[in-house]
Amino acid sequence: MNDKLVIGGHEFESRFILGSGKFSLDMTKAVIESGKVEMATLALRRANVGGEENILDYMPKGITLLPNTSGARNANEAVRIARLAREIGCGDFVKVEVVNDSKYLMPDNYETIKATEILAKEGFIVMPYMYPDLNAARAMTQAGAAAIMPLAAPIGSNKGLSTKDFIQILVDEINLPIIVDAGIGRPSQACEAMEMGVAAIMCNTAVATAGDVALMAKAFRLAIEAGRAAYLSGPGRILNYKAEASSPLTGFLED
Amino acid sequence: MIKTNHMEYQKGMEAIDSNIMNQVLKLTNEYDYSKYTFEDVETALMKSWLSPDDYGAILSPAAAPYLEYMARNAAMETRKHFGSSVSMFTPLYIANYCENHCVYCGFNCHNKIRRGKLNSLEMEEELKEIATTGLREILILTGEARNASGVQYIGDAVKLASRYFSTVGLEIYPLNSDEYAYLHECGADFVCVYQETYNPDKYQQVHPSGPKRIFPYRFNAQERALLGGMRGVAFGALLGLDDFRKDAFAAGLHAYFIQQKYPHAEISFSVPRLRPFINNEENNPNDVHEKQLLQVMLAYRLFMPFAGITISTRERAGFRDNVVGLAANKISAGVSVGVGGHKNDEKGDEQFEISDSRSVDEVHEMILSRGLQPVYSDYIRV
Ligand code: SF4
Repeated sequence: MNDKLVIGGHEFESRFILGSGKFSLDMTKAVIESGKVEMATLALRRANVGGEENILDYMPKGITLLPNTSGARNANEAVRIARLAREIGCGDFVKVEVVNDSKYLMPDNYETIKATEILAKEGFIVMPYMYPDLNAARAMTQAGAAAIMPLAAPIGSNKGLSTKDFIQILVDEINLPIIVDAGIGRPSQACEAMEMGVAAIMCNTAVATAGDVALMAKAFRLAIEAGRAAYLSGPGRILNYKAEASSPLTGFLED
Repeated sequence: MIKTNHMEYQKGMEAIDSNIMNQVLKLTNEYDYSKYTFEDVETALMKSWLSPDDYGAILSPAAAPYLEYMARNAAMETRKHFGSSVSMFTPLYIANYCENHCVYCGFNCHNKIRRGKLNSLEMEEELKEIATTGLREILILTGEARNASGVQYIGDAVKLASRYFSTVGLEIYPLNSDEYAYLHECGADFVCVYQETYNPDKYQQVHPSGPKRIFPYRFNAQERALLGGMRGVAFGALLGLDDFRKDAFAAGLHAYFIQQKYPHAEISFSVPRLRPFINNEENNPNDVHEKQLLQVMLAYRLFMPFAGITISTRERAGFRDNVVGLAANKISAGVSVGVGGHKNDEKGDEQFEISDSRSVDEVHEMILSRGLQPVYSDYIRV
């Protein structure tokens, strides 16, 4: 079956997106390989352009870079960082991340919408990181986003699908890939999100803080694949008060 | 000389509308660390977010037996928020003139030391030299002397520095918010001001003269810096100058309230201890031994898990290596504490001794050997 993730016209086999910010550089490569990752974020503020240790040197060939605008506190800053990323050759993808809160690192949906609009007009493939709010997601869609990236729980918390119900609403209502970003702590949670119909999972801390990062990356890959297969197969409904008999009670009706 | 009232603003000092100092002083005054029990400490350590009172508990002597446990928690928090990254930077002293008389400091205006100040040519040479090490973050320091090293002079230094470095921080005398705004425009984004001690009486005693004597003006410097557009501010008490637990408690609260009022602000801590200084060999860090110093660092990390913690070269290499990744996420390297001294000969004496004189490469290797990632650039000026 041809089941590809399509973002902004680009096709991906893998539905596991790696947030690279918390790894040692040498680990990044191992994780990408064992997770069969095809897309990884790159914090532009970390790209030590011209310096010795540059994360770009550690990204295997063929990886699609997803530069993010971390460090941006408002739409303007996000736009400027995105443009810089394109200038240094990171391609057209950009993860818009606008955070104006040093404690919880909550994304600012309002500023994110503004940045999405500007960047989409400039031809970027915009993937906004957001707090899962339906209205904001609609506005981002309108503004030209290529995917929507709601958080599952506060960033780095490994708490799993705290915002599950709201993510489900986005999956049901928004006609773009919904990619769960931030908060996923375990492969089982990634699997659950995939079963819900989420298009892909992004994670960072959960893998970076594991004892064996490469093995954990593999576990995530498998869990994401399992969840996707379950979603595609249409999981059997859980019976509730309307128990369904296999031979219907109303089958006698003729007319 | 008539002594000024240390709690009263002087002419030219901007007073902002803020209640943070009163809150911090009140809570610190009430902070009685001897009242905490093991139970209080355990309760605090179970929580995912600590209240100021929980913070008081883990800073108390009752928490001493929990140091190992605190260290494990802190390591996890550090990992969670910073991953394996450890930022590197170096300070550059551009001048060491001083108008103050801090009795604990060898740089004070009554001491006969070699004073100096870099001109722009020398500054550029120093900056270039430092940049060859690969560092991308620099902290510019001056002595506290408006006359000898004015805002314009510092601004010129910042403009130069921002050509070679992606992050420029300042550790200079407190300014008014419009002056911070000017320096921000020149390219500086981070400001570090140490309150030294949060006990106003002690503060008065150890600062007999000079503008630094004015306690509230110094206290509100971080807030003025943020009002001036700076992105981050650093806090610190000179541990050992007064009751270190109370001072650490106050510094934590100060940062906590600033964070609440300015959620976007990037907060960080430094943990200087009183050390031997020029012309005074005997001065020792009272009762702040490494164990206590570590307790303070762990408490900062657990109370404000997202805040940066810097470990300076004042501490010995073995201590620094072990706190990196445990509580600290930022470390200085390739440090010279004289004025100049990277490329040119030093123009002025050194303010204090450094205990860890390793080069940038050596610190880089140390970080790697601990399974962590040295980060040279973690900021983008936009
Ligand atoms: S601590 Fe600073 S202000 Fe005080 S004497 Fe030393 S250099 Fe001057």
